[in-house]
Amino acid sequence: MSIGNYTTTEIMTIAASRLLKNGAVCFVGIGLPSAAANLARLTHAPDIVLIYESGPIGAKPDVLPLSIGDGNLAERADTVVSTPEIFRYWLQGGRVDVGFLGAAQIDRFANINTTVIGDYKKPTTRLPGAGGAPEIASCAKEVVLVLKQSARAFVKKLDFLTSVGHLDGGDARKKLGLPGKGPVAVVTDLCLMEPDSVTRELTVTQLHPGVSREQVQKATGWEIRFASSVQQTAVPAEDELSVLRDLLHRTAIAHGQAPAA
Amino acid sequence: MAEITSLQNAIRAHVRDGDTVAMEGFTHLIPFAAGHEVIRQHRRDLTLIRMTPDVIYDQLIGAGCAKKLIFSWGGNPGVGSLHRLRDAVEKDWPGPLEIQEHGHGDLSNAYVAGAANLPFAVLRAYAGSELPKHNKNIRFIQCPFTGESLAAVPAIRPDVTVIHAQKADRKGNVLLWGILGVQKEAVLAAKRAIVTVEEIVDDLNAPPNACVFPAWTLSAVCCVPGGARPSYAHGYYDRDNRFYQAWDNISRERETFLNWIKRHILETEDFAAFQARLRESAKEQLV
Repeated sequence: MSIGNYTTTEIMTIAASRLLKNGAVCFVGIGLPSAAANLARLTHAPDIVLIYESGPIGAKPDVLPLSIGDGNLAERADTVVSTPEIFRYWLQGGRVDVGFLGAAQIDRFANINTTVIGDYKKPTTRLPGAGGAPEIASCAKEVVLVLKQSARAFVKKLDFLTSVGHLDGGDARKKLGLPGKGPVAVVTDLCLMEPDSVTRELTVTQLHPGVSREQVQKATGWEIRFASSVQQTAVPAEDELSVLRDLLHRTAIAHGQAPAA
Repeated sequence: MAEITSLQNAIRAHVRDGDTVAMEGFTHLIPFAAGHEVIRQHRRDLTLIRMTPDVIYDQLIGAGCAKKLIFSWGGNPGVGSLHRLRDAVEKDWPGPLEIQEHGHGDLSNAYVAGAANLPFAVLRAYAGSELPKHNKNIRFIQCPFTGESLAAVPAIRPDVTVIHAQKADRKGNVLLWGILGVQKEAVLAAKRAIVTVEEIVDDLNAPPNACVFPAWTLSAVCCVPGGARPSYAHGYYDRDNRFYQAWDNISRERETFLNWIKRHILETEDFAAFQARLRESAKEQLV
């Protein structure tokens, strides 16, 4: 497929899906993470184990769930357990390889905010809140974040630190004594970032095709670092695109939304 | 021992002004009919607990039933904001709403502690998070054996828990299946429990490890077919995703919200009448 034959959201979803290895146990948030995780399952990672916080383990939904507890998550799952069990035995028990999350705000050390914009007591925007993210960010062996890039979302200072990434960088996370490694990648509609091996500051390691460094800087609220050698994200393969589009089309019909043009 | 009774009677008898109330169901089996009945009976000053407040608490908050909300994720799943919750937090409408927020793992552990009659729950979370700064009910303790720092939260002990389930038998034993969320813990943590069910049958035919509430753990069982709508009941009906999307418009402005509550809940006698009124509204909008 030639460059430009796909949307920025499509390449973001596809780039995120590629990070998930076949057989990995993946704790999935709703929205973009769920789309990317299911795309991985339907393409290169048929044996990926998808866990949703409502209780399904090994979920294989034929359409993307609208909510985190849709019935189709339970129907073809390996098993369905209670919500306390998901968090106690499966996540805190150390059985989750990758926690896959979104966020409203992120900082240079991949700490995230899903709580409020503005002051906590007098918020300008009250966001939905933590959900399972603080526990996932603590206990999953690794965390992958996926969100659209803009200067409003990629901020110098979070309005609220809901779930910890690498805190102040360096070995700050290690000192907190958390079992998981924390964020290993942030996938956006422009690029892929990874934490620097020493400072833990997010560093652009891949640019999506046709995206410039200036575009990335403009959509970031701090002076963004680039790796010494920045790769280009592989153009979406034909099957990645067709599987993703089929999935979204089936999903739109199932939820009574107009199918995307 | 569970009394098999009408939903009106159950709410009248077991949900009182000022109570701490948990209406649980993780997307699945949300007890909407019971929520509506609480609005109809004008309960006030409730402390509402729910992991995901969802549209059910958006309705109760907007209708003025709540003074406090304890929760862990307050959005309209797959759609966006809960506008009535936001209006209460951001603009104190229809009154100020105190909030106490947690994470899902935390709140589900707090229900477990409540069911187990322990004073608090312990979990590995929140190191580095700002939530403990704003919620004095999230604290840290040291493991007496290893010295590890762990988060602690007080047990949840609702005055009354309300859930919806698929079936009860004629004695009031209740069976539920599918996505179970935190219902078992929420019921066993509460002083009183109300369960609405899709149907009452002669025999539950429950396999040995099924999620069953013996009748003696419940206060009231009420047969309310469709009582989880627009949420769903596995094996009975699907989630009404169109309604969740429509709620975004209904609830965005105070006036449209109040008109909707008046027409569909306050001016209907029960959940069956509510569903009939909702069908009329849907038809009118098609014209």
